[in-house]
Amino acid sequence: MSINTLFNSSVGKKFIMAATGMAMFLFVVLHLLGNLQVFLGPEVINRYGAFLQGNLELIWPARIGLLVIVGLHIWSAVRLTAENRAARPQPYAHQELVAASYASRTMMMSGLIILAFIVYHLLHYTFQVTAINGTGRDFTTLQDINRQHDVFAMMVLGFRNPIVAGFYVLAMTLLFLHLSHGVSAMFQSLGLRNRTYTPVIARFAVAITWCLYVGYLSIPLAILLGFGSNYGGISK
Amino acid sequence: MNLTLRVWRQKSPQEPGRIVDYPVTGIIPDMSFLEMLDVVNEGLIAKGEEPIAFDSDCREGICGTCSIVINGRAHGGQKGTTACQLHMRHFQDGQTITVEPWRAKAFPVLRDLVTDRGAFDRIIQAGGFVSVNTGGTPDANCLPIGKAESDLAMDAAACIGCGACVAACKNASAMLFVSAKVSHLSLLPQGEVEKDQRVMSMVTQMDKEGFGNCTVTGSCEAVCPKEISLDFIARLNREYGVSLLKGVQA
Ligand code: FES
Repeated sequence: MSINTLFNSSVGKKFIMAATGMAMFLFVVLHLLGNLQVFLGPEVINRYGAFLQGNLELIWPARIGLLVIVGLHIWSAVRLTAENRAARPQPYAHQELVAASYASRTMMMSGLIILAFIVYHLLHYTFQVTAINGTGRDFTTLQDINRQHDVFAMMVLGFRNPIVAGFYVLAMTLLFLHLSHGVSAMFQSLGLRNRTYTPVIARFAVAITWCLYVGYLSIPLAILLGFGSNYGGISK
Repeated sequence: MNLTLRVWRQKSPQEPGRIVDYPVTGIIPDMSFLEMLDVVNEGLIAKGEEPIAFDSDCREGICGTCSIVINGRAHGGQKGTTACQLHMRHFQDGQTITVEPWRAKAFPVLRDLVTDRGAFDRIIQAGGFVSVNTGGTPDANCLPIGKAESDLAMDAAACIGCGACVAACKNASAMLFVSAKVSHLSLLPQGEVEKDQRVMSMVTQMDKEGFGNCTVTGSCEAVCPKEISLDFIARLNREYGVSLLKGVQA
């Protein structure tokens, strides 16, 4: 295989875009499954948090891999967008974009806002920077009765702030928009589509993006509505 | 019917163009769009003005020569219809209609509504053919080809190479055209032999011509007068992937 062709041809760059998109999509699914354990109570999610943090051999390759994947996704987006702009130097006086969905026309916009959110999200819950969490509490010092990091308390405290929860909801809405085009488009770009599969993939894409959206929104909304507010760990 | 036409006028590739308004009267609803332009041009010639240059040949929707964007839609937005087959009865009396050439870096405007679509010819020259002489029309059933495959190949072969896909795509991508050409050959035994080389060479030439990339918006499929399906682009991507893995060079 020629790496040069992969990185320089139009279809090659679309392969990179789609393959990294597919990987991040799987990450988003797994991340949600991890997060939803919050509904099983402090003990479960704190144990899960301790399990991830305790496996350095697991977490660091995953982090580095994700960083490379995000980097490649952004690199291909920037290159492809620049080429697409250059392909029509003279715009139409009157143009109607037939069939092109809003999501498909705004992938760069939704992607950039999601990127800004990811940066905030990492500072918020991964690096636990007190200055940006809006609660004045140092998340690194939260501990549960088993002397594990209290992820449950961190989530409840974090999402009790309506501005933080609001930004989260906005970002998830844009992620939903991004995926509503991206999921079916990545199958197309990788050539995994034909007359028989197309309707199946389209339905799968709609179903899974809605599941992800509802799943991700359920956590901050439940917390805003009072879930976890009687948990002792948050008052310390 | 009376109309107001807003037409792109441009003397040569070097000179800048602009939109010029023309009031048009006495149009019969059964005229095709191009016949309407003929009437406008006769009026312009009678006044001693330069007629509007536009491309046309068969005027029956099979050659792909006519190529105009009407009110922001390639070929005027009538499903499965070329501009030459679009009739004035689909417009309202008194309507303002904007008429523009295909807009793409790879399709430079030569004059008014006429663009140079040589880029498509060069893509075909790069690999859109079968290298061996396959003789005349083969006898029926002497080459066993499944009904599903032959139908699919025929759907792809319906592409008339008009360039509406490029014109309608927000990225001016030629993927629908190239995928149709790649597919109709690779689906049949005569063309299958060279499919790895063909897809690599044609995509490489497509990139060289300065077309944009496919972002799967589906605009091309929606305006295509031959209703070529987006599924052919997936087929092209698949064939390209195989060719890339095999290390085929353009
Ligand atoms: S003139 Fe031949 S397709 Fe319109």
